[in-house]
Amino acid sequence: MRLKTLLATAALAMAVGAGPAMADLVFPSLSYRTGPYAPNGIPFADGYADYLTLLNERDGGIEGEKIRMTECETGYNTEKGVECYESTKGEGSLVYQPLSTGITYQLIPKATADKIPVHSMGYGRTSAADGAVFPYIFNYPGTYWDAASIIVKHIMNEEGGDISGKKISLVYHNSAYGKEPIRTLEELSKKHGFELSLYPVDHPGQEQKATWLQIRRDRPDYVTMWGWGVMNQVAVQEAANIRFPMDHFIGVWWSGSENDVLPAGAGANGYKAVTFHGVGTDFPLFEDIKKHVTDAGKAAGDGSHIGEVLYNRGLYAAMLATEAARTAMKMHDTKELTPDMVRDGMEALKIDEARMKELGLPGFAPEIAVTCSNHGGPGLGAIQQWDADAKSWSLVTDFMGADREVVDALIKEDSEAYAKENNITPRDCGA
Amino acid sequence: MLYREAGDFKTTYVADMQTFPIRGERLLFWLFVAVCFGVVPFFITGYWEKSIIVPFLVWSMIALGLNILTGYCGQVSLGTGGFMAVGAFACYKLTTAFPELNIVLIIVMSGAVTAGVGMLFGLPSLRIKGFYLAVATLAAQFFLVWCFNKFGWFYNYSASGQISMPTRTLFGVAVTGPDAPSWATYLVCLSFVFVFAWVARNLTRGRLGRSWMAMRDMDIAAQIMGVSPFNAKLSAFAISSFYVGMGGAMFFAIYLGAAEVTEAFGIDKSFDALFMIIIGGLGSILGSFLGAAFIVVFPVFLKNVMVGGLGWSTDLAAHIEIMTVGALIIFFLIVEPHGLAQLWRLTKEKLRLWPFPY
Repeated sequence: MRLKTLLATAALAMAVGAGPAMADLVFPSLSYRTGPYAPNGIPFADGYADYLTLLNERDGGIEGEKIRMTECETGYNTEKGVECYESTKGEGSLVYQPLSTGITYQLIPKATADKIPVHSMGYGRTSAADGAVFPYIFNYPGTYWDAASIIVKHIMNEEGGDISGKKISLVYHNSAYGKEPIRTLEELSKKHGFELSLYPVDHPGQEQKATWLQIRRDRPDYVTMWGWGVMNQVAVQEAANIRFPMDHFIGVWWSGSENDVLPAGAGANGYKAVTFHGVGTDFPLFEDIKKHVTDAGKAAGDGSHIGEVLYNRGLYAAMLATEAARTAMKMHDTKELTPDMVRDGMEALKIDEARMKELGLPGFAPEIAVTCSNHGGPGLGAIQQWDADAKSWSLVTDFMGADREVVDALIKEDSEAYAKENNITPRDCGA
Repeated sequence: MLYREAGDFKTTYVADMQTFPIRGERLLFWLFVAVCFGVVPFFITGYWEKSIIVPFLVWSMIALGLNILTGYCGQVSLGTGGFMAVGAFACYKLTTAFPELNIVLIIVMSGAVTAGVGMLFGLPSLRIKGFYLAVATLAAQFFLVWCFNKFGWFYNYSASGQISMPTRTLFGVAVTGPDAPSWATYLVCLSFVFVFAWVARNLTRGRLGRSWMAMRDMDIAAQIMGVSPFNAKLSAFAISSFYVGMGGAMFFAIYLGAAEVTEAFGIDKSFDALFMIIIGGLGSILGSFLGAAFIVVFPVFLKNVMVGGLGWSTDLAAHIEIMTVGALIIFFLIVEPHGLAQLWRLTKEKLRLWPFPY
């Protein structure tokens, strides 16, 4: 009997799953709300979902075309990520944002073959910024290598322009994600004469006692971090335990959200991180979200994450995706979008300050102009700092650019190597 | 009725010793094989291939390998993930170093490399047993993963430590890489699994398999009877690692296409493989397949029912999926400690007598 019920449910499931309306604009959300990376995955997924809900509720979708978001749980696991990609791509998914460097690496060849764009916003393979080699992969508004360079620039500003002989350490997640900045930091250390030391932390990063003992012994002047999930919280806590000066501890933009610093309490005061967008809820858009989404009971989560760094980032990701779709509609003069059209829209995406104001996010992020050859965006970042008393982040610098001379050369080198390895002839971008 | 033995006479020793002694079962088996090879390739879709069937076949290969070692020879191993990594990295290094080599040959060679490594880590089994051996193989797991992460030579010094499989063709059809058609990857995996399951089945029926089982059941008695523990244990490690290595190579080259050693070949993979053979049935070829299906396919099925069918939120479904699989593992272990293969054996016994049981 039980088996029969189960089979009936399965049959029902397949029947229901087979016939979704194809007219909507499908935005898949490969999220992770479970596992060791959930504390960071949840706010991002909530922000992404809430912005799409807002567009549906307030404007009736994009240019009147309804949005349908299909969520799929990846658990930050590449195999589940592939399963999610395969199961959602048939529904007419327009753009993928997997929020995982590992999954992005899986999707780069698959999505390129399927002609579906992937937007790995500030993560994924850095050299995908070279649009000539990676036509379907985008990582604007900035790359890991931009972030590494911006951190070094910030340290130089703090030290009065000269960091030769200083010791800078990198604490990193021992995976593709964490290893990304190493090449850039090595180049920069040659250029500026600082001493670089590396401290890998294995997945999931709950055990870092030995790492931080080593750091205490080596006494670096600055520590940077490429961490994610529970690793961030543990690192901040351990840094506080060894009384490392927190304003000399700078994380990448994935290591600078509320749930990374809150567990360390007052010890985290002064911790810094790079960011590529504004913080807080002090933007007109959040009033609309409150009115149309949270108060209407349509929020994706419990509403407790609104205004957090990663919530804002999810929101920003959804905003960039929908703006690209809007651009694509104008370019192709149709409302029936295909993934290929969205790709064109992403490549022609221009968001200036006036547009940001219209969207209700004035001054939220620097202007973006994507081109055929540059999928990495402006590559600007600011430094944000944590105030443990007020429990809030605040920007302490202006948005600044990366050392393009170093970063661009590395991107070119790596993308050329990829093109050679995979027999890709780079597109002609007319540049 | 299905398993009618009446009139099924065996007149030669060969006929008496065949794998499927009952005519009905033999016919069913060949029909099943014919459908797998002749019908499924025409209907297989990308989703079924990438998310269900290819992972199932790859994991079956790995479970077969571990079952030879643990199920037949009684040597507990927690190093499966590490040996899979050896297969994957051997495949990557070989195919990037010799791009013109045939992919089938590459996969078999990856298995051979892994067999060598497996034998090396099998050496402690000559002196230690049981839980202590499990700990020694656990060391292999951590050492191998660390090794592939630490030394750039293994991943051709790529910036991120990721290895990715370039496109390789077989008879002019791509079988790896993003452009490989579903039926091609499916047929390659199926052929590998079919051939090597056949080999495994016959190995376990022969002299070598009997020496493994003697070693498993009572090593001192086996030694007295003249079974060399050195040969039996090391051959089990070698052949088991050969299978696991080929499985790892297919896992990387055909199924994932890109892999990162810490994430793709972690300790959880070793546990998955061990669960597969325990749930499927230790010392059973069929059990390897059933166990792989349970661990690989069942969660995907649950997810599709809960999220796709019932419309539950994804995090709730993920949590319930973990709980259900866990509960079912406990349930099976209590109700049928000999695994799903034993359930099938019992069903067969009943079907032989049906509809007139005595």
